[in-house]
Amino acid sequence: MFGYAARRVLSALPVALIAVTACFFILRLAPGGPFDGERALPPQTLANLRAYYNLDLPLIQQYFIYVWGLVRGDFGPSMVYNDFTVSQMLAIGLPFTLMLGFTAFVIGTVVGLLAGSLSALYQNKLPDYVLVLLVMIGLVVPNFLIGSILQLVFGVYLGWFPAGGWQNGSIAHLVLPVTVLVLPHAGRTARLMRGSMIEVLGTNYVRTARSKGLGTRLILARHAIKPALLPVVSYLGPGLSYLLTGSLVVEQIFALPGIGRYFISAALNRDYGLVLGTTILYMFIILAVNLLVDIIYAWLDPKVRYN
Amino acid sequence: MAGITGKDQVLTNYAKQLETLDAPKGRSLTQDAVRRLRRNKAAVLSIFVVLFIILFAFVGPYFLPWTYDKIDWSGIRKPPNFEAGHYAGTDQNGRDMLARIMQGTQMSLIVAMVATLVSVIIGVIYGAVAGYFGGKVDAVMMRFVDIMYALPYILFVIILVVIFGRNPVLLFVGIGCLEWLTMARIVRGQTLSLKEREFVEAAKAGGAKPWTIIMRHIVPNLTGPVVIYATLTIPEIILTESFLSYLGLGVQEPQTSLGTLISFGAPVAETLPWMLIGPAVVLVSLLLCLTYIGDGLRDALDPKDR
Repeated sequence: MFGYAARRVLSALPVALIAVTACFFILRLAPGGPFDGERALPPQTLANLRAYYNLDLPLIQQYFIYVWGLVRGDFGPSMVYNDFTVSQMLAIGLPFTLMLGFTAFVIGTVVGLLAGSLSALYQNKLPDYVLVLLVMIGLVVPNFLIGSILQLVFGVYLGWFPAGGWQNGSIAHLVLPVTVLVLPHAGRTARLMRGSMIEVLGTNYVRTARSKGLGTRLILARHAIKPALLPVVSYLGPGLSYLLTGSLVVEQIFALPGIGRYFISAALNRDYGLVLGTTILYMFIILAVNLLVDIIYAWLDPKVRYN
Repeated sequence: MAGITGKDQVLTNYAKQLETLDAPKGRSLTQDAVRRLRRNKAAVLSIFVVLFIILFAFVGPYFLPWTYDKIDWSGIRKPPNFEAGHYAGTDQNGRDMLARIMQGTQMSLIVAMVATLVSVIIGVIYGAVAGYFGGKVDAVMMRFVDIMYALPYILFVIILVVIFGRNPVLLFVGIGCLEWLTMARIVRGQTLSLKEREFVEAAKAGGAKPWTIIMRHIVPNLTGPVVIYATLTIPEIILTESFLSYLGLGVQEPQTSLGTLISFGAPVAETLPWMLIGPAVVLVSLLLCLTYIGDGLRDALDPKDR
């Protein structure tokens, strides 16, 4: 088990490096730059600016400087917000985005698993139909639409929750954004769980357990849940990456101070430093979660470990 | 020359005989699949709704008094009004909402088609090559797919769009280029088992080159899973496009897409609700129906999954 985990960690490192390299070069090869304004800067000023941000060095040298910085936890300077380094900006936004994302992740996974299992236990009966319909709605209604509707209904018409903003973590401000993130995640999880649970409940060993006279609860706890969880666990990695990209929109709609908002404004301003930093940070989070998911998967399914 | 041999006559008689024959007739796999699909009421209804939406988007504009970019100076921010011909109201610039919804639906559908095509082509070729050659080639190629999977691809789409300007064609291709991963995985899995089959061996014995074998013998046998997965990709692409448009990175004025319309409608929904309701209803019903069709096709073509 430990050997497997160590191997997975080691194999994630080159992936991270490749991803960083790809992002770096794609962004540097792009036409246009952060200093292209309405009015062209005087050539001397431009040259000084470029020299200050190391943009006049050969590309490959810039790359090594950047990677060396990353190793030390330095994401370089922001080219538009002069008073902050990218690391400082990310440090402000990251805790919020993580908090939002993981809250939604935990709630969504739990709700999805419960809904999926219920749906499978009552297959083709009323609770199943209702749940499947709800899941379908959670799946297909885009998050920006759900966000706007919730904002309008609960924030403006009913006035139950604030329609936006953040106020240093009051729970009322989090209810709507978390709901928007939870719905699609819970939907996908429930759909997977329903499918795999139906499959597991149809297997021979579950029939054997039933014929021995075990109650439904005991069958679920001892025999059905663990194998039924496998496909769901392997979805959790991509699921989290959906959640994080979803938080781009949610942060935008509800005016929340996470890294998602920086990303969009930075991309529009061509603030390479900030775009690169945000993208790399997102990738690291997602890689870390995938790693964790792989290790959990190996714990659930011994076949994976010895492969 | 028709009629000289009386072929049609003979065949028609034969067909009539067959109809009255008591013996059970054989069913092909396709007929079986169609029968299963027909029994799925949700899927059949969805097919009709999608057809209706397609007609609405492409034929509808010819029946409207206004075009999507024409400004009615006497009708700015007006609710639905049948006398002026604004059946779904007008936006802040006095443009007819119904015409804009039709144009937006058109754009979303075109994006979905082109991007799905791109993703199918890349995914099928990539997956088939990886699966067919196997070994090291497969390991490297699939490792690359794993890496891409781990990355937040929407960020790449955003970067691409920002870098290369907001050209709709680029948007289509960009989304397509990033949606092929799952397709490649599915195709690879199928190819791994297909390449062990006798007809591939026969082709090899006949001296066919790998490329010929892949294109002539393997790819045609992948139709089922590819069709299923492509149908399920379409709604995802529509979602991605509307997501980008919502963020202001997609289709640009005066053209529009469902996502753009919703992004303009949402902030003013309190005072001008018709600007949000129309596009939202079309987008949600389109996505819902496409998902039902995809699920129905999967159940129909791949009954072992049930």
